[in-house]
Amino acid sequence: MCGIAGLIHRDGVGSIGAEMTSMLQSLKHRGPDSTGYAIYGSPGRNEFVMRFKVAEQEDTRKGFEIHDEIKRRRAKVDERLKQLGVTIIEAEEVTEYAFRYRIQFDGEMKKLADYVEDVEGTEILSMGNALELVKDLGDAKLVSSQYKLAAFKGTHGIGHTRMATESDVDIRSAHPYWAYPYNDIAVVHNGQLTNYWQMRREFERRGHRFMSNCDSELLAVYTAYNLEQGASLEDSLKQSIKEIDGVFTYLIATKDELGMAKDTMAAKPMVLYESDKLVALASEEVAIRAVIHKEIDTWDPYDEEVRVWRA
Amino acid sequence: MAGVTTTAKDHLSHEMGMHTEDLRGRTQQRFFDISEENVGFGYPDALDVDFNKRAEVDAESLDTRQINSQLRELMKKGYGTIVLKNPGAKHSLAVGILNRLNLYVEGSCGYFACGLLDGPNVKIKGRVGWACGENMLAGTIVIEKNAGSQFGAAIRGGDLVCKGSVGSRTGIDQKGGTIIVGGDTGSFTGFMMQRGRMVICGNAGKNLGDSMYDGTIYIGGEPRSLGVDAVWAEVTDLDRQWLMRKLRMYEMVPAQGIGHFRKIIAGKQLWNYDNLEPGEKKLVL
Repeated sequence: MCGIAGLIHRDGVGSIGAEMTSMLQSLKHRGPDSTGYAIYGSPGRNEFVMRFKVAEQEDTRKGFEIHDEIKRRRAKVDERLKQLGVTIIEAEEVTEYAFRYRIQFDGEMKKLADYVEDVEGTEILSMGNALELVKDLGDAKLVSSQYKLAAFKGTHGIGHTRMATESDVDIRSAHPYWAYPYNDIAVVHNGQLTNYWQMRREFERRGHRFMSNCDSELLAVYTAYNLEQGASLEDSLKQSIKEIDGVFTYLIATKDELGMAKDTMAAKPMVLYESDKLVALASEEVAIRAVIHKEIDTWDPYDEEVRVWRA
Repeated sequence: MAGVTTTAKDHLSHEMGMHTEDLRGRTQQRFFDISEENVGFGYPDALDVDFNKRAEVDAESLDTRQINSQLRELMKKGYGTIVLKNPGAKHSLAVGILNRLNLYVEGSCGYFACGLLDGPNVKIKGRVGWACGENMLAGTIVIEKNAGSQFGAAIRGGDLVCKGSVGSRTGIDQKGGTIIVGGDTGSFTGFMMQRGRMVICGNAGKNLGDSMYDGTIYIGGEPRSLGVDAVWAEVTDLDRQWLMRKLRMYEMVPAQGIGHFRKIIAGKQLWNYDNLEPGEKKLVL
């Protein structure tokens, strides 16, 4: 049981950081282990935001040497970025182990991701020129204050509160997942995928990377692969219902779209609200009520339903 | 059951077909008090309330436990009409009410709204989440907007009405009572239904009435497919009269009348008593 939520401002930029925090905090009872956000701001010109971690939160409690090790790893990442010709415009140390870099780069993104992630303990959490992906252990209020999300303005976002069932409680298993190596694509998922290992093997043969043992990561890789093959987001969502086994409801966000898909058994919940100004969707209506205080009509999508909204 | 001593009350309940075995240990046997002076107040542990005493509860800043405790306190004081304002789609609201009550919910409820009811009449102005009215024994719940999945799971009695559309697995394990849906319903509606009636004015998803044991489903629209062992049956005059009476009660008679409603029952081909004990077999056959 996890909680997922999504929000789209159709009439421009809104306080997406604060709103997603309210939604996710009201879904805390669906999963208190970790909280994650993928929120989309105004795209910066010719620059990317890269969020990455060089260690897990848990690692920092394990010994004295890890603090020096984190510094060494970060220096190594900086060095490798320099080697690839990346210009770092701004480097922000959000927590001891997680960083936000504004960079300029016009080379191949996959090469950059692979080279950086080769540094021990390092994972790129997100890359894009509109996407800010933040995930850490704890509830929405804690993660929001840690990463200063309250003031974040944007057009749309998705989020996740996790109850760990299939893998560990750590950042690498937390949602959302970035669809490596594609800019600005993120996935959140509620459910269990039963043909995960089988499909993971197929994708690994094709050269895709898996950073965790969490079944939800498959959806990010799967989507990335479909988009690479030229499919639209809607096609990929529809195809996933046929090809992926298990019970799931998941959301995908890109720079200008937000999509959802529900499995054939309709075993995982989702509630929708749609108006000219706003689209809100969440595992439970209580999350929608956290941001919309007037009386509204909401409904459940049915089994095998796929929806895509333009942000 | 050799060696079991029985009391006069035990005999009474056995003759009424209420029990086939003696309940012992922590399980309590409660009997209706039908003595002369208590005629009309049959429910054990039921609170006596007055419909003319009206109260309002603002749930804005309260959590589920506080809301339910407040409702209980009001009923203990004899309030028979309660208006619940700003429910905010919170979960498990108004559960386990075992007496007469008129409850008006001015907003939406979350999961397990009005579960385990035995007696009250509830009107909900908004939407309800999953498993509304679960295990209801008696009473009515009327929802003005849409409902989530597992609507009326395992209800045993009473009327559960949704004027909008509902999610999947509506009336799963239904054991009695009536479920009425004004709009569409999702897949696996009436899954493993055992008794009772269901009325669907709109369309249904796949596998309607899958593995149903008994009971009746009336549908005005089209199901995507029928489930295993669910079969079409002839609509009789008695069915039409009952449908008309029920839908009229909730002002839900479709504009074109009820002539287009069709009926689904269990084919009973999945029924199998071969694995019963010899003693049980006698009872069944």
